[in-house]
Amino acid sequence: MRVMAQVAMVMNLDKCIGCHTCSVTCKQAWTNRAGTEYVWFNNVETRPGQGYPRRYEDQEKWKGGWVRTATGGLRLRSGGRFQKLLSIFASPVQPKLDDYYEPWTYDYENLVSAPLSDDFPVARPKSLITGEDTKIEWSANWDDSLGGTAETLANDPILQKLRKDSAEQIKLEYEKSFMFFLPRICEHCLNPSCMAACPSGAIYKRAEDGIVLVDQDKCRGWRQCITGCPYKKMYFNHRSGKAEKCHFCYPRIEVGLPTVCSETCVGRLRYIGIILYDADAVTKAAAVKDEQKLYEAQLDIMLDPHDPEVIAAAKLGDIPDEWIEAAQKSPVYALIKHFKVALPLHPEYRTMPMVWYIPPLSPVVDLLREQGHDAEAPGNLFGAIDALRIPVEYLAELFTAGDADIVTLVLQKLAAMRSYMRGVTLRNERDESLAEAVGMTGKAMEQMYRLLAIAKYDERYVIPPAHRDQAHNLEEMGCSLEEEGGPGMGGSGPFGEASGGPVPVAIESFNALRDRATADTAASSESLRDRTGDTNWDGN
Amino acid sequence: MDVFLWGVLPYLTAAIFFGGLWYRYRYDQFGWTTRSSQLYESKILRIASPMFHYALFVVLGGHLVGLFIPKNWTDAVGISQEMYHLTALSLGMVAGVATLLGIGMLIYRRRTTGPVFMATTKNDKAMYLVLVGALVLGMWATLTGDHTATGEHHNYRETVSVWFRSLFIFQPKIAAMAASTIQFKIHILVAFLLFASMPFTRLVHAFTVPLHFFFRPYMIYRSRPKSVESTHTHGRGWDKIGTPDRQKKGDDVYKP
Ligand code: SF4
Ligand code: SF4
Repeated sequence: MRVMAQVAMVMNLDKCIGCHTCSVTCKQAWTNRAGTEYVWFNNVETRPGQGYPRRYEDQEKWKGGWVRTATGGLRLRSGGRFQKLLSIFASPVQPKLDDYYEPWTYDYENLVSAPLSDDFPVARPKSLITGEDTKIEWSANWDDSLGGTAETLANDPILQKLRKDSAEQIKLEYEKSFMFFLPRICEHCLNPSCMAACPSGAIYKRAEDGIVLVDQDKCRGWRQCITGCPYKKMYFNHRSGKAEKCHFCYPRIEVGLPTVCSETCVGRLRYIGIILYDADAVTKAAAVKDEQKLYEAQLDIMLDPHDPEVIAAAKLGDIPDEWIEAAQKSPVYALIKHFKVALPLHPEYRTMPMVWYIPPLSPVVDLLREQGHDAEAPGNLFGAIDALRIPVEYLAELFTAGDADIVTLVLQKLAAMRSYMRGVTLRNERDESLAEAVGMTGKAMEQMYRLLAIAKYDERYVIPPAHRDQAHNLEEMGCSLEEEGGPGMGGSGPFGEASGGPVPVAIESFNALRDRATADTAASSESLRDRTGDTNWDGN
Repeated sequence: MDVFLWGVLPYLTAAIFFGGLWYRYRYDQFGWTTRSSQLYESKILRIASPMFHYALFVVLGGHLVGLFIPKNWTDAVGISQEMYHLTALSLGMVAGVATLLGIGMLIYRRRTTGPVFMATTKNDKAMYLVLVGALVLGMWATLTGDHTATGEHHNYRETVSVWFRSLFIFQPKIAAMAASTIQFKIHILVAFLLFASMPFTRLVHAFTVPLHFFFRPYMIYRSRPKSVESTHTHGRGWDKIGTPDRQKKGDDVYKP
């Protein structure tokens, strides 16, 4: 047993309102440069829908992830090492810009500089790639909230699969009657195929926290990782010629702050915590024969942080005590392994993803309500989950490689929690039978309710700072301005005379925000001077 | 003149070549990339790029054989000059034509696909010129360089190759090279230029052919560096924030 720590995330899909705040704040923070206009480290897709890039789930076409070999090993779907090197001069299955979209801006200047005339001036869309006038035909969320899906819905790879599997024709009308949002970031997989596909070895997993990063100095732009990642969360910066990806906001995580997408999430539906896992068991677990057993296999390699044996092994593996404590308090561990309500996205890709999802009950509830039923009455909901085959099977294709029973059980747990808590609030009665029906206790129901519904900030995010003896160094990434003789050292700073050295962004946000939030008076403009960005805008 | 061209210039080129590579490796790893344009266009690229690269390998192999294997070795194993020449010429021609065809298609694509052309820097254009120049001149030398201007027979394996090998023991046989034909001389001078400029163009990617891919484990774990001193090589970095809008017609085209 080799214990390693992994920073992981769980998203509670019931709460996502599809506002894209997470995508926008992430973009402003990380992909705001030329070459990354089309890059969305965080994107929110409407399901059913094609996703971003279009139809990325169709691995027959895109060749992402791993496949199990006849001998029980794992092989990249895109081919072995030899094949990869041979095809290095033109990546055979890299998505083109068309599969993403052509980013654009508007010619706003024309609005003010157009000569006087009878017609109103317009701001015409201009391609950010060619600079020419462009016709906007697609974007990262063109089919948002099922917009235009009469045309495109049939392209959803999951629906196609479901339709192929079922002898009878599922009517499109029926499919349209449910919808939910799926926010996606890089999965920071335990068995990442992006990393395996990289010829240069530029992609690595950080030993301390499992965050998967691309060494920008070592990447040579061979583009194999883009094919390798089944979630298509590896992007090519077409200006710098290097691969870029979501890095789990590691500068923030290192000082104990949640990622930007989590911090700004309107629905407060993201949870971040530590998971201890057995690194030696990963490959074997990822090679389990039955795809539907991969979920179980991944659960098995996640270790119980209260188990003395695990703790001893973790200490042996140099995992600091603080981290072990954090793993014990981890909301992510609770949702994934204790309550077993969170599920991995597409476990059948065999990359062992570490961003998990609590499947949404709302499609079922909404349908019930539309039909005039009391959606919170236990009998109704339970029956509906069984009866509403399509949403459940759809979710199963996303989260359990098609095993509808697992999804049903999770949805039943969520339904039972609703009914149970309704009893508590309305009649102050605790109906243990509801909890028992889904194999839980009333107490566990209330704990789960607290975590899912109350969702306090410090219960959602349990992030230990990077190890103490290094922490003083980690306030921000090494900044070349701070070097001896650099422009930041005395004299006039980069922001003008007397602006002092640059304040590390993460520290500024965290401390300044707390100070401002707890102050009795409005903040002075002086104290706001170093504020960067508006992701922590608080009214001041 | 001959002393400078064939006695000094080769070492100067080598110095720039190796010094440049070292410098770039040390200070500008971020710029060390293929800067692929496959995202913009992939149909032509998928045929042209492998064709060019693979043919180039053959060309490279041909050069190595021609330059490093002394004539008396092949004589000793009984390969006659005619046989050698015929194989070299036919193989070389096929590879040469394929290389030129490949790079021709790549340049066509570069010129006609808007985004690809926009992503082409001045540096790239100069590089293409030198590269194509070296290729075309090389073909020219192979086809016509076996007779001197006065009609005498000329075998580069007795001139160029002898000189080339002598460079490595630092006793350049300048006379041998000087006896070669003008075609070879020009080809070699352009090749000097190509090699001297290589570290400073996108061609550097050739020096990091990822052969270690065969030997490394699939999974890579790395510890966070212990100090704030980052591993970044302090050369260039990402572009500034924001994508500058392209200028209106008549203004200069936006340059990153
Ligand atoms: S989801 Fe992230 S870690 Fe997993 S394969 Fe894709 S890029 Fe790599
Ligand atoms: S910010 Fe939160 S609620 Fe809004 S789209 Fe993102 S995940 Fe959903």
